Amino acid sequence: MSENISVHVFRFDPETENEGKFVEYSVPYIEGMAVLDTVRYVEENIDPTLSIRWNCKAGKCGSCSTEINGKPSLMCKTKVDTLGKDITVAPMASFPLIKDLVTDISENWEIARKIPMFSPREGMEEPWKINPKDVERSKEFKRCIECFLCMDVCHVIREHYTPYFGPRYIVKAASWDMHPLDALDRSKFLNNEGGLGYCNITKCCTDVCPEHIKITDNAIIQEKERNVDRQYDPIAMLIKGRRKKEKVVR
Amino acid sequence: MNDEFEILESDVLIIGAGGAGMRAAISVNDAGLKPIMVSKSLLGKAHTVMAEGGIAAALGDVDSKDNWTVHFGDIIEEGVYISDWKMAELLAKEAPERVLELERYGALFDRTPDGRIMQRAFGAHTYRRLAHIGDRTGLELIKTLEDQILHRNIQFLDEIYIVDLIKNNNKIVGAYGIKMNDGKRYIFRTKAIVIATGGSGRVFKVTSNSWESTGDGLGIAYRAGVKLKDMEMVQFHPTGMVYPPSVKGVLVTEGVRGEGGILLNSKDERFMLKYSPEKKELDARDVVARAIYKEIMDGRGTEHGGVYLDISFKGPDFIKNKLPAMYQQFLEFADIDITKKKMEVAPTVHYMMGGIEVEAESGKSNIENIFAAGEVTSGLHGANRLGGNSLADILVFGKRAGDSAAQYALSSKLEKIDQNEVESITKHINDLFKEDGKNPYALMDRLMTCMSENVGIVRDGEHLKKAIEIINELKKEFPDVGTKGGMKYNHGLLGCLELENMLISCEATATSALMREESRGAHTRSDFPKKDKNWRKSIVVYRGEKNEIVYETEKTKEMPEEFKAYVKPEVYK
Ligand SMILES: Cc1cc2nc3c(=O)[nH]c(=O)nc-3n(C[C@H](O)[C@H](O)[C@H](O)COP(=O)(O)OP(=O)(O)OC[C@H]3O[C@@H](n4cnc5c(N)ncnc54)[C@H](O)[C@@H]3O)c2cc1C
Ligand code: SF4
Ligand code: SF4
Ligand code: FES
Repeated sequence: MSENISVHVFRFDPETENEGKFVEYSVPYIEGMAVLDTVRYVEENIDPTLSIRWNCKAGKCGSCSTEINGKPSLMCKTKVDTLGKDITVAPMASFPLIKDLVTDISENWEIARKIPMFSPREGMEEPWKINPKDVERSKEFKRCIECFLCMDVCHVIREHYTPYFGPRYIVKAASWDMHPLDALDRSKFLNNEGGLGYCNITKCCTDVCPEHIKITDNAIIQEKERNVDRQYDPIAMLIKGRRKKEKVVR
Repeated sequence: MNDEFEILESDVLIIGAGGAGMRAAISVNDAGLKPIMVSKSLLGKAHTVMAEGGIAAALGDVDSKDNWTVHFGDIIEEGVYISDWKMAELLAKEAPERVLELERYGALFDRTPDGRIMQRAFGAHTYRRLAHIGDRTGLELIKTLEDQILHRNIQFLDEIYIVDLIKNNNKIVGAYGIKMNDGKRYIFRTKAIVIATGGSGRVFKVTSNSWESTGDGLGIAYRAGVKLKDMEMVQFHPTGMVYPPSVKGVLVTEGVRGEGGILLNSKDERFMLKYSPEKKELDARDVVARAIYKEIMDGRGTEHGGVYLDISFKGPDFIKNKLPAMYQQFLEFADIDITKKKMEVAPTVHYMMGGIEVEAESGKSNIENIFAAGEVTSGLHGANRLGGNSLADILVFGKRAGDSAAQYALSSKLEKIDQNEVESITKHINDLFKEDGKNPYALMDRLMTCMSENVGIVRDGEHLKKAIEIINELKKEFPDVGTKGGMKYNHGLLGCLELENMLISCEATATSALMREESRGAHTRSDFPKKDKNWRKSIVVYRGEKNEIVYETEKTKEMPEEFKAYVKPEVYK
């Protein structure tokens, strides 16, 4: 326990203030400490009104999502040692701000409700038997802890008002589509209602995923391709067209 | 100050959105009634999400000899004969159905080569019994139930802090909550309540538990007149991380030992061979935790005050497949590659066996319209919980509590809210705002340190008395705590309210531990090292008429003769 480090934390209550600002706090350094430890120190010892959100402190619940030095990250998993001298912590920019580092992520539940749930094939005898190899593909997507960092980084969500469900929900749909006993194919739905065509595969979402889910390669591209492969009806053509246009625009 | 109120009505109010709360909400929805579920953390983030190793259910998919009677016997024996036998029976019988139900909801369990649900070995389970999803079983459970909540359109309000229940003429008629997002106050008018607020591991300094596990439900229930039981029974998990300091206490799943991991002291001795030649690393948690504690105390610990846990000899493929989350956890939090190096571990506070006393079949407390389920309850695990039994517990008894609360609500009506009661809670909250209030976190820190130092793995009269003394000092100081700012997303305010609840459960724990002059299960007294047959009973705690804490003992219920055949007879030496 020797030196102190300084953390610049974004403070803003949109209800009572006109604009936010970064406030610098000096926090004692502890070996191996994470950014979460620094803001908790501020809250518990300097200013109890600092609003932060966390729960498990172990990278398992996805509560502590913020932007650390500009990168969407989990506070509990980001070690201070990896950040150099300057540390800034700001709230996720894609979601409405509640106060300080806490954002309102409730709009995600509306998207979640739209995606058709797991629907087991009919007439299967219980208990179900599943080949161990077949659970692997879906398992990757089931690692999602709903931190919403991928939604935060996605430029379609950040900059455009589109019906795009966002990467988290393509992952969710893929987890069911790749469930070995699921009867549905959600690819068409994702491309029509879900606005998947707006995604132009920048892979930023994959880069920030703390669970290392290959969101673009394994979920998004699969759902896009399956949609194209499966249907050659006018609706599919229409979507293809829109996607091309989107690409040209970018 | 934001003094606005919103009033919401429901048939059943469920406090808590862990596995127990969500499963209860589904039951109320199934009954065609209106549940409202509230939680302190965000939907899907409840403590349950952290569960790793698996869910215990005698499916017999891996070891075909397994069945409910064996599971029943394991619960009673490892709970050291003070479990509620009826709860043990229901859990053992119904856990398999709850697992299959999860599978129907879309959970995808690991499989055996012939396609059945894979089950792993866990401490003191006779057979391989834990159905699992790698080492992320809790995540799958939470997300699967969350899908049900969302798609059934069950009304939930997350980041609501329930402060207290509201009475009218001695009847519970609702609950008082604060919405953190905007600081607005809510009155939940309801016919029945299910308390599913989880455990209180955070009253200790070193714990595997998450932020929200401050035992609020115990405080809330106690103030409403609900009886608590077995509060001295605190489980220390043998293996928590010890280094670096910022992750001290974070769990290392028992799955590591279940998959073959071994424990070594600083002399490279596999010490469990000495303490438990038969079950070795997979003996019950209290046995392994005490063994590790003894090795460390006797000077055979590691540099950072732990022992070693080694699985590296199993090779990278095996480890990354069977324990992917552990592999990541050590890599990302401790810079250690567990496929190459040993882990450093030490006991960490993990689970509360004690809690609200409930009727086995219905989850009903001593108050007619208050039900409870999950870690906040007591009875099932007796003096020691087996790994994996908690996830089974929250589903089996979450369902039962939801069913019975719905049943109760069907034949009752909403009652009037007593404004005086509401005002007195409002005043209590408003009084916590003061310019120079004492920092609640400083008091919390003293409380947690006191608990870890004096009410730990090995206890004695002197330390327990000291703990009670410190708790009393803190209680006296409590009126001085306070916070600044407004109602909105104010953790300082929450800290004050949580501290009040923590003081109640700590006092009950320390006092019950002092009363129990024997060693049984997780409760070890160095001054009373033997088990005593006069203590085959539980300590019950409740608020007396003059607001004093009342402690009573209650004999363990005898199981019917035919059940005795499933259990080894208890031996006293
Ligand atoms: C790291 C770890 C690993 C584990 N692994 C396993 C395992 O492999 N197998 C197993 O069986 N068990 C395991 N356990 C234990 C098990 O996870 C828990 O006992 C269980 O999940 C508790 O579930 P619950 O529904 O009772 O409560 P919780 O999941 O703790 O949920 C409590 C809910 O109550 C809410 N709440 C609390 N206070 C308030 C308040 N004042 N107002 C409003 N809401 C409130 C919370 O927000 C939360 O939603 C593990 C525990 C830990 C810590
Ligand atoms: S790949 Fe698609 S979903 Fe991911 S960030 Fe880019 S546009 Fe968004
Ligand atoms: S997919 Fe990854 S980044 Fe997106 S919410 Fe899930 S865990 Fe977070
Ligand atoms: S606190 Fe749970 S992921 Fe960071």
